[in-house]
Amino acid sequence: MANSSRNNAFVEFERVQKSYDGENLVVKDLNLTLPKGEFLTMLGPSGSGKTTCLMMLAGFETATHGDIRLDGVSINNIPPHKRGIGMVFQNYALFPHMTIAENLSFPLEVRGMGKSEREQKVKRALDMVEMGAFGGRRPSQLSGGQQQRIALARALVFEPELVLMDEPLGALDKQLREKMQFEITRLAHNLGITTVYVTHDQTEALTMSDRVAVFNDGRIQQLAPPNELYEAPVNSFVAQFIGENNTLEGTIKEINGNQALVQLDDGEVIHCKPVNVYKTGERARVSIRPERVEYNKDRMQEGAHTIKAEVLEFIYMGDIFRTRLKVAGNEEFIIKTRNAPDQVRLQAGQLIEIGWMPEDCHALDA
Amino acid sequence: MSDATLSPAAMVGTTPEQLTTADGKPLKQALMRAQSHARRRAFLLVAPLLAFILLTFVMPIGQMLHRSVHNEGFTWHEDVASGQRTPIMTNLSQWFDQNELGTEPDEAAFAALAADLIVLREVKAAGQAGTRINYERSGSRSMFTKAARRAQRLEAPYKEAIVDLDEDWLDPDLWRVMRDASSSYTANFYLAALDRTKDADGNVTQVNENRQVYVKLFQRTLFLSIVITFMTFILAYPIAHLLATLPLAKSNLLMILVLLPFWTSLLVRTTSWMVLLQSQGVVNDALVSTGILADDNRLEMMYNQAGTLIAMTHILLPFMVLPLYSVMRPINPSYVRAARSLGATSWTAFRRVYFPQTVPGIGAGALLVFILAVGYYITPALVGGADGQLISNLIAFHMQNSLNWSLAAALAALLLGGILLLYWLYDRLVGIDNLKLG
Ligand SMILES: Nc1ncnc2c1ncn2[C@@H]1O[C@H](COP(=O)(O)OP(=O)(O)OP(=O)(O)O)[C@@H](O)[C@H]1O
Ligand SMILES: [Mg+2]
Repeated sequence: MANSSRNNAFVEFERVQKSYDGENLVVKDLNLTLPKGEFLTMLGPSGSGKTTCLMMLAGFETATHGDIRLDGVSINNIPPHKRGIGMVFQNYALFPHMTIAENLSFPLEVRGMGKSEREQKVKRALDMVEMGAFGGRRPSQLSGGQQQRIALARALVFEPELVLMDEPLGALDKQLREKMQFEITRLAHNLGITTVYVTHDQTEALTMSDRVAVFNDGRIQQLAPPNELYEAPVNSFVAQFIGENNTLEGTIKEINGNQALVQLDDGEVIHCKPVNVYKTGERARVSIRPERVEYNKDRMQEGAHTIKAEVLEFIYMGDIFRTRLKVAGNEEFIIKTRNAPDQVRLQAGQLIEIGWMPEDCHALDA
Repeated sequence: MSDATLSPAAMVGTTPEQLTTADGKPLKQALMRAQSHARRRAFLLVAPLLAFILLTFVMPIGQMLHRSVHNEGFTWHEDVASGQRTPIMTNLSQWFDQNELGTEPDEAAFAALAADLIVLREVKAAGQAGTRINYERSGSRSMFTKAARRAQRLEAPYKEAIVDLDEDWLDPDLWRVMRDASSSYTANFYLAALDRTKDADGNVTQVNENRQVYVKLFQRTLFLSIVITFMTFILAYPIAHLLATLPLAKSNLLMILVLLPFWTSLLVRTTSWMVLLQSQGVVNDALVSTGILADDNRLEMMYNQAGTLIAMTHILLPFMVLPLYSVMRPINPSYVRAARSLGATSWTAFRRVYFPQTVPGIGAGALLVFILAVGYYITPALVGGADGQLISNLIAFHMQNSLNWSLAAALAALLLGGILLLYWLYDRLVGIDNLKLG
């Protein structure tokens, strides 16, 4: 198994550590393998070491310990300009004294490509990002979204096999962001490029990636496809960080393979699926997604676990209803229900009974 | 607006219709009126400054330019005590008007001269008039003072009487100079500043080879200034780069070191270079004591061009560092990183991406240093020796020693013109909007 994953690995981090000041480890023991053509997103809070990892891969920082391999070759001693990695910077880093066409032609020039071939490739790259008419302009004469596209085109024009993007959409408004998210994934898949994408926007990570690496505290907390990440978080940090989440605190009362009984702090006992809790008596955090909770008796499934709740707030949001409840002492318990014609609308102060399936309820570390 | 686009004339673009406001007034006028109040207030706000600039820049420079073409030494005398102005050399001036250039001075001319000499003696202006002629023909001053002293005793025939005093009164060149000087306005000082003069027939010629100083000095000033500018650039670029890439706390500390020379007196700095560089100075002593130099073979680094070069490069260095620093600091390191990731070696990344972005700073620094160097005075005067003097030293000499202010003004005006010319060239070649002074 380990062998086969090594064989088709394109990018490999092996036991990589990084420290800037010799006192703190910014990256602690990073292990990551990335097959060719995959779109991997590094997701994590600010300061978790995402940019540092990217910079080590690009060659602008050296790993304090460990090995980084590209296509099986260790790149620790290869200078950045020989790595052949396309890179999109957060501030785009388009050269302000060159026109757009000159910016795009730069990587081809330094590779000694002939003029006519260069022009042809530049034109193709501009057309690819639908900026064909802008070749003669300066970067300062473009809007943020246009600059972003040019930065993308410049990172792709010399046909690298690996492209790194560091929060490329950070400066754009929501609508443009969504459009660009789609364009980037489309281009990456069409061209078959391996992509490492950095963001701290979890929606972006979920919608764009083949796999997401959730970073925290210099470590990968979970590396999984988006659906797995959302539905089966491996620890409470991932559960909290990805999507909206309800947590109830308690203690493990009984644990038995795939089943666990958790006694909540107000005495209530509930059935959960244990994830990273192992012993009776351990503190645990129970996590349930808001959309997996049901209050409509007619819709509740067989075997659902029910519990009493008090409605604190009911918010009409168009496509969904968002209700804030008090459950087992937690006043921030949120549930989301689809706005269907037969759906019951709740009122503040109402006492109701809510329910969920035990497999949607994860017992995680506290 | 929509009307304009509908009219066929506007569509072909021959007579663009005037835009109007909602109540039919021309838009341009309405805009002007709306802005005029703000503009008046803005003008009142800057008016004191304008007056200050007028007083401190425009007037002195105008005065200087005027003085370079205007000299009353041979036309008017002003009594120092009473301030009374008397016209002098009026008779001679009349004769010059009646007889054109090249006419042999006849008895009438000498009679006019004799009458004027009496006036000179009365108002005690012989020295002044002689000095004016002496600017262009050396040895003339004493002729005037001597003749004026005897003016009362001169009798007809005046030609013989005056020539009797001094043979040189027959010199046609003298008469040419007197003719030029008899009008207050003249371009002769510019000719002199360019090592030119007029011969007896009024043709412009070069002065004697051993008296050609100014053009050579202009050339040397230009040459040394260019070398100094280049040397400050070579030294300042890495310093500024270092300052710009270090963390702010460290770079501020180093910046203080760069600015330290500004806090010490210019004289102290120049003198310390003299201590260091003279033939019995620290540097030579060190070289001799370590055996690199023989004792009788000490380097001459002071009181020559080398002294001027070294001291001025040091003194002007901050003027290059500061503009360079101010363009380098905001250059995001991600530009160079981007270039490297796109496949450029570090040298190519520097040459193609980093360096072009610092050009405005180089232009500003070079212009500053060059202009300061061209006009520099104290340092070359102290450490320059004979062949390290610049044009400013000569201007100072004419201001303070020879008291030929008109020539000093003409030299200064030429310097100013040269600098403006360079500025214009810079604008044409690089573009003045490409200049970042801070
Ligand atoms: N050049 C540097 N010198 C010293 N410390 C650094 C340097 N660059 C980053 N760090 C530190 O390393 C840690 C990780 O930084 P990094 O830039 O990798 O975070 P990040 O995950 O990219 O965060 P963000 O989402 O805010 O961009 C931070 O604590 C940061 O302070
Ligand atoms: Mg970052």
